Amino acid sequence: MTMMTETINTHAHGHDGHHDADEKAVFGFWVYIMSDCILFATIFAVFAVLHNNTFGGPSAKDLFDMRFVLTETFILLTSSFTYGLAMLGAHKGSKAQVMGWLIITFILGAAFIGMELTEFSHMVHEGHSWQRSAFLSSFFTLVGTHGLHVATGLLWMLMLMVQVSIHGITSLTTRKLTCLSLFWHFLDIVWICVFTIVYLMGVM
Amino acid sequence: MLLGKLSLAALPDQPIIIGAACFMALAALTVILALFYFKRWTWLWKEWIVSVDHKKIGIMYIIAALVMLFRGFADAMMMRSQLALSYGASHGYLPPEHYDQVFSAHGVIMIFFMAMPLMFGLLNLVVPLQIGARDVAFPFLNSLSFWLFVVGAVLVNVSLVVGEFARTGWLAYPPLSELAYSPDVGVDYYIWSLQISGIGTLMSGINFFVTIIKMRCPGMSLMKMPIFTWTALCSMILVIIAFPILTVTLGMLFLDRYMGMHFFTADFGGNAMMYVNLIWSWGHPEVYILILPAFGIFSEVVPTFSHKKLFGYETMVWATGVITILSFLVWLHHFFTMGAGGNVNAFFGIATMIISIPTGVKIFNWLFTMYRGRITFTTPMYWTMGFLITFVIGGMTGVLLSVPGADFELHNSLFLIAHFHNTIIGGVVFGYFAGFVYWFPKAMGFKLNEKIGKVVFWCWLIGFYVAFFPLYVLGLMGMTRRLNHYDVAAWHPWLIVAFIGACIVLFGIASQVLQLLVSIKQQDKDITGDPWNGRTLEWSIASPPPFYNFAIVPTVETRDAYWETKQKNLHSGATSVKPKYEDIHMPKNTGMGFIIAAFTFLFGFSMIWDITWLAIGAGAGAIISVIVRSYNYNIDYYVPAAEVERIETEISNRKLS
Repeated sequence: MTMMTETINTHAHGHDGHHDADEKAVFGFWVYIMSDCILFATIFAVFAVLHNNTFGGPSAKDLFDMRFVLTETFILLTSSFTYGLAMLGAHKGSKAQVMGWLIITFILGAAFIGMELTEFSHMVHEGHSWQRSAFLSSFFTLVGTHGLHVATGLLWMLMLMVQVSIHGITSLTTRKLTCLSLFWHFLDIVWICVFTIVYLMGVM
Repeated sequence: MLLGKLSLAALPDQPIIIGAACFMALAALTVILALFYFKRWTWLWKEWIVSVDHKKIGIMYIIAALVMLFRGFADAMMMRSQLALSYGASHGYLPPEHYDQVFSAHGVIMIFFMAMPLMFGLLNLVVPLQIGARDVAFPFLNSLSFWLFVVGAVLVNVSLVVGEFARTGWLAYPPLSELAYSPDVGVDYYIWSLQISGIGTLMSGINFFVTIIKMRCPGMSLMKMPIFTWTALCSMILVIIAFPILTVTLGMLFLDRYMGMHFFTADFGGNAMMYVNLIWSWGHPEVYILILPAFGIFSEVVPTFSHKKLFGYETMVWATGVITILSFLVWLHHFFTMGAGGNVNAFFGIATMIISIPTGVKIFNWLFTMYRGRITFTTPMYWTMGFLITFVIGGMTGVLLSVPGADFELHNSLFLIAHFHNTIIGGVVFGYFAGFVYWFPKAMGFKLNEKIGKVVFWCWLIGFYVAFFPLYVLGLMGMTRRLNHYDVAAWHPWLIVAFIGACIVLFGIASQVLQLLVSIKQQDKDITGDPWNGRTLEWSIASPPPFYNFAIVPTVETRDAYWETKQKNLHSGATSVKPKYEDIHMPKNTGMGFIIAAFTFLFGFSMIWDITWLAIGAGAGAIISVIVRSYNYNIDYYVPAAEVERIETEISNRKLS
């Protein structure tokens, strides 16, 4: 081992190996998202079982302010669109476009999290916390798990912005941006399910 | 306050636990002193802890699994001896609160910290070699997965000394596992050790799935893959689908206990049976995660030692696929007594019986492979034949249990205990031991002693039958599981026989240690790299393989690729064209996996004991370590062709001398 010379990023090897690695990483991340799908599916199933177990406490009808949630939804959907614009920038190799749209996406994501926390704290102050009933436990867990994912995505986005500003648009930063892109759009799809099953069907 | 719930009262006061604690401390001290004495700390760090080499990670998994086998088996011996003694006026030596921890820890350890790491150890060692790859898809993640598993295993062992383990059985059913009925830290140890190692397992599942899908050598289409790789692939698919369910289930139990939620509580609208459904939606696939690779091992061992190609390769693949799918459709047979109604029970009963069809296909394939083969009776072959008979018996008692009506009688009786040990020991354990002996020379460069190996086999086989067949009888006599004491005179002799059986197995395990020591001393060197006249690619390279595995990535045209090459060379005379080596792209070693796991250990421990400041600090430490790692763009290097040539020449000189 000691005798080995290190020839990192030598031009001769560069492209082939990295192309392979990009493909593996994106595919691996895709598989992770599939497993995350199962994770959410399980929490949805639990919510479906428990959504009527209000134990004398408030039900979905009594709790949700649909205009507030609709605003939240549009903010998150828009952030998916702006992330898509950032990816277009990445494929054009335009660092400025990537950074600009990522900042906008980040602000929208942070606004979503802020609204969600507002909704949560409002419910807790009214005395409708996760301890009130099995329905509320599953509500806070389902929506909270999605929120935790979005928050993780925001932290990741912040880290990537720094990396893009250091390294520019390279094959490696594009790979990382692509993985976060998969993650971000996936969370959008999950939110659409949350919006439909938890909120729309809840107040129906 | 600073230490949360942790105080001196958490330390043990019972002589047995103090003894076990002293023994563990002594063992740890011996290892530490030995490392100082032989000046091996740098060696340990540089060659092992920071290694991302799949072969080394595999060896570490297997060592850890064997250590945990001793721990889990010690629990088994305690249970069997307690029940041999604790009849009538005698109450044995284990009080109920301790006995309950022993059987819970036994199950958790044997499944999560013995069988799973043994499987991942063998997968790590073998799968990349079988598909002609130089490493797994994500070598750093592989190292991280391993260290997260170690964190889980260490937490379980810490619970022996600091605090206590769960008294709830290995699946921690609520409401018993809820805060109201298990207020101490036992269930918290259970939750965190499984959550942390479970995340490692999920990452390994993705890692090996991508490795097998994306990294096969040129020419190796899916239907040319060795069967072990096929079963590994299916097993990893099950990991990817099933482990998120476990994460969610344990997460909800944690939220119930920590945040006062009501998923599974008896009041506020919680639903305890939902936990049982969820945990078995993971738990049933889990037993197939374990058994499928064992099936794969037999499918490698039987053709090799019958000197024939595997009978019915295609049906073997299809049977594996069918079992993979069916494994998700039978979970309810673990609790027919829940009262889901006749139709539901009938569905799950029939689905369960159907699984015996693809399994039967496999059994016949192995038998037909042996039929008219020139069988060499090596130890792996002994394990295989022991498996064929034992597993078929276990399968048949399983079909008995799958009849809902019969299950109402036998549910939670010792008949069930006998059944699943019959399939897990007869299937998983025998299979992994066969794989252990079979691939040992590949990993270490020398064979295990065959004579002692056969003693080990006979002790395990006879010991198993003597220990568990009385349990079938006891089950039919009405003895339920998890009993600490009994007054029925008719049970006593059977339980004494079962204890004798456990002692025979103990002798087998002792012989295994002896076998390892003798084999290391004898060094029955394998210089060919192909000690068994093998059929698949792992035997085409040196034992132990160079760190880059294949100097030149092989191209494959048929199944049993290496066997075919050997046959061709035999007919045409060996060709010795001087190969042209190229630079090899390899991942750099990194200690980050170990560091992240160390923070995770602190996080888990402080969550168990409610040490908030440490939990926040350690959690942040783990996250920051992940970020630091993601900022490191300098993670790989190239081995120059000249260096590859030097190593390869050295290997071929070794062969000649």
